Amino acid sequence: MSDGSDLTGLTIQEAGRLLRLGSVSAAELVTAHVARIERLDSHVKAFLRFTPELWEKQAEVADRRIRAGEAGPLTGIPIAVKDVLCVRGVETTAGSKILRGFKPPYTGTAVSRLFEAGAVMIGVTNCDEFAMGSSTENSGYFPTHNPWDLARVPGGSSGGSAAAVAAGEAMVALGTDTGGSIRQPAALCGVVGMKPTYGRVSRYGLIAFASSLDQIGPLARCVDDAAITLSLMAGHDPLDATSSERAGIEVLNNYDRGVKGMRLGVPREYFEVEGIEPGVKAAVDAALFILRREGAELVDVSLPHTDYGLAAYYIIAPAECSSNLARYDGVRYGMSEEDAPNVTEMYMETRRKGFGSEVRRRVMLGTYALSSGYYDAYYLKAQKVRTLIKRDFDLAFEKCDAIISATSPTVAFPIGSKTQDPLSMYLCDVLTLGGNLAGLPGISVPCGTSDGLPVGLQVLGPQWGENVVLRVARAYEQASGVKAEVAGVA
Amino acid sequence: MPEWEVVIGMEVHVQPKTRSKMFCGCAIAPLNAPPNSYVCEVCLGMPGVLPVVNRAAVEACLKTALALRCEIPRHTKFDRKNYMYPDLPKGYQISQYDLPMSRNGQLELNGRRVRIRRVHLEEDTGKLVHAGDKLHKAWESFVDLNRAGVPLMEIVSEPDLRSADEARDYAMGLRALLRTIGASEADMEKGQLRAEPNISIRRSGSQELGVKTELKNINSFRALHRAIGYEVARQREVLESGGHVVQETRGWSEDEQRTFSQRSKEFAEDYRYFPEPDLPPLELDPSWIEELRLALPELPAARHGRLVAQHGLPPGDAALISENRELADLFEGTVAAGAPARQAANWIVGEVAPTGKLPSAENLAELVRLVVEGGITRDQAKEVLIESVETGRTPAEIVAEHGYRQISDESELRVIAEAVIDANPKAVADYRSGKKQAIGVLIRDLTARAPQANRKVANELLVKLLG
Repeated sequence: MSDGSDLTGLTIQEAGRLLRLGSVSAAELVTAHVARIERLDSHVKAFLRFTPELWEKQAEVADRRIRAGEAGPLTGIPIAVKDVLCVRGVETTAGSKILRGFKPPYTGTAVSRLFEAGAVMIGVTNCDEFAMGSSTENSGYFPTHNPWDLARVPGGSSGGSAAAVAAGEAMVALGTDTGGSIRQPAALCGVVGMKPTYGRVSRYGLIAFASSLDQIGPLARCVDDAAITLSLMAGHDPLDATSSERAGIEVLNNYDRGVKGMRLGVPREYFEVEGIEPGVKAAVDAALFILRREGAELVDVSLPHTDYGLAAYYIIAPAECSSNLARYDGVRYGMSEEDAPNVTEMYMETRRKGFGSEVRRRVMLGTYALSSGYYDAYYLKAQKVRTLIKRDFDLAFEKCDAIISATSPTVAFPIGSKTQDPLSMYLCDVLTLGGNLAGLPGISVPCGTSDGLPVGLQVLGPQWGENVVLRVARAYEQASGVKAEVAGVA
Repeated sequence: MPEWEVVIGMEVHVQPKTRSKMFCGCAIAPLNAPPNSYVCEVCLGMPGVLPVVNRAAVEACLKTALALRCEIPRHTKFDRKNYMYPDLPKGYQISQYDLPMSRNGQLELNGRRVRIRRVHLEEDTGKLVHAGDKLHKAWESFVDLNRAGVPLMEIVSEPDLRSADEARDYAMGLRALLRTIGASEADMEKGQLRAEPNISIRRSGSQELGVKTELKNINSFRALHRAIGYEVARQREVLESGGHVVQETRGWSEDEQRTFSQRSKEFAEDYRYFPEPDLPPLELDPSWIEELRLALPELPAARHGRLVAQHGLPPGDAALISENRELADLFEGTVAAGAPARQAANWIVGEVAPTGKLPSAENLAELVRLVVEGGITRDQAKEVLIESVETGRTPAEIVAEHGYRQISDESELRVIAEAVIDANPKAVADYRSGKKQAIGVLIRDLTARAPQANRKVANELLVKLLG
């Protein structure tokens, strides 16, 4: 038995041991997290809503499985789920007012797989509206605060998930990453965040932002936890035509072997991006030193089209979002402006009131980029740039096994400091969005602090190279002794 | 008065024969199913859902393309056509834009070739029911999404048709083709085949196309023919009175038998097509295509030619028979079983086709033989056919059981003929005064009294007795 105070800082493997030993029950584990949430979340505001009816039932089932000796690695583990992943009967709103009250009639594949593995869902985490943003300030409900410094943002768009894990409110959380939305908040909150290869995890049930870029992935307190969670979600899904037949293999292959003999690429362009902070650079340099000490060979690589990535991303993602968000029309679900005099006015008023300004901006940008007469100059050109960026990575991976850089050019910034300047907000993703454009796996792992705030180290791997990425991240984590700690909440 | 040439291109939407919808597992709703009873989160366009391509629909589309002798590319893809309307749950329709499933085919029509521009796959929309006459004026509108996501093949012809007759024959030819290859039931009344003609007229000899209008709401071949006839006359009147035709979509009103303006197309809508990111491009395996090509049955046009050339059928009978694969198979089976071709065709066209109930080829051949050899009357044979179809028994058995026979012996018929003449003094008087058709009354009376009478012999006998 336990008083719960020491149960919220465990890793999945530690918790699993206690559960199997019977020294703690799944019900106690979730209760401990709920107690911590009650103490902290009025400050952090990581959660939009809680799911007691789910956690009670799931903890009970988990405890029965554990007693029957049928527990898997995730059985009884409390998880949080980003507000863009549909869970049957649980209000799911993509952080938007336009979906207020929407309860999906189905559960998406990734969440279903974790449920089947025995995970216990605590609640739904906050995010930027439709995952568009890098600070969680674009949430249609309220901003989330960084547990390391409540005056600062947690990053985004999966800021609620990152903050929940960092604050010990959930052991692991699901996020989605379209341009960096898992890795960047993980970096800013000092946790591990992993974006898988495009096609590794089914997107069925993920409320789409940009279909060709979106992937679901875990945020966790250590690389092992991220690896375990990912391995249980991954795999081909007949309901997602873009999920690969290869998606089930290789996630955990040799990922605990260390970096000795590996060639790690250091892309010059990623260390010279606009606005990279000296403290961030210093922390990453220190990480490179450790990795070399562990036996990795550092090689210079070049990603020459990096400068065009941001522009291409901010055409492709808005173009897809302008189409993906057309379904929010007030006809079938969510908000509806019922007093409008006719259907066109109903559409316009519903969308004007339901969407926040960043979503409206991107819908307009995307609509423009796809319009006849502009399509070739914008959308088509951006797709060509995307091909060039993919080729950059292909060439780089001929010279190295994985690519190392900072995850975010900056540490967590003060709430409100970038909201008036969308472009400065977009620059938060400059080191991460290349991985989305090329569909590659990437991870952010804590690598120390700058001015007392966490810095993230990004490892990018070749397509289907999750095991390579995890291997480098784990080796660094072990060697550096830097562990994601449960933030004290200032 | 100038001479006008009519120019028609056809867009035909066909629902391929599939069990489920284009991108989800929902079954196809039967007609008159309760609203929104054949829907799921995918075809409702719920947040987070994804489409998965129905292989059966792709196969039906490829078979159609092959039967229309189209070129089939190695790669094809789906695109999003973006527009907002309450019957379109996702705010876009998944269709095909610049890499359709097939291009550049042809349909043979009365010995002429109508070029096919493309055949592609897309999904149907839902249905709106308005309380009030249309969406923007209705005080209440209801959305039924049973049809949303139902697969559709769009078959687009070049503007090669020159009359309402040709347009109707083209649509009927397509239907015959689709049914023959099993790609669709193609029933117009059930909305499985929707024809939308694009019509313009120009002065004879001109090479330039006139301004066209597109007609919708046509739900029978007859309506298609009439709507085109109406529209051509309307355009001619507009042009001859010095006006100009407006490019627009016009609806056909079955009640009023006229077309009316629905939507102006002067400002083309921008659908912002782009590749559907939820569906990877389809790689069409050439060996699969070849397999489908080899499995195609003989097509109606080829079979028509063969029925005329090989069996000597009149083109009209051959057309009716070759349009329907089952009838054509029955015909050739009947002939193979020994029946004379012309008579077999007569029976199929006259008696079998209208009922839609087919006897076995052996039974039909036996029936034809019984009639040709004079064993039973035509009326008796019709009874035998119905009974044979219902029970599967052979015509010979049925004839024996009922004791059917035909009386061709004049001496047996004379007594009855004389009784008929006595009983119908007015008809006899009429006949004798020159109204030769009055003999019909006497024949009817005679066959009522003696159903087995050979009509030809009875007719000759009556003429002789009256003369």
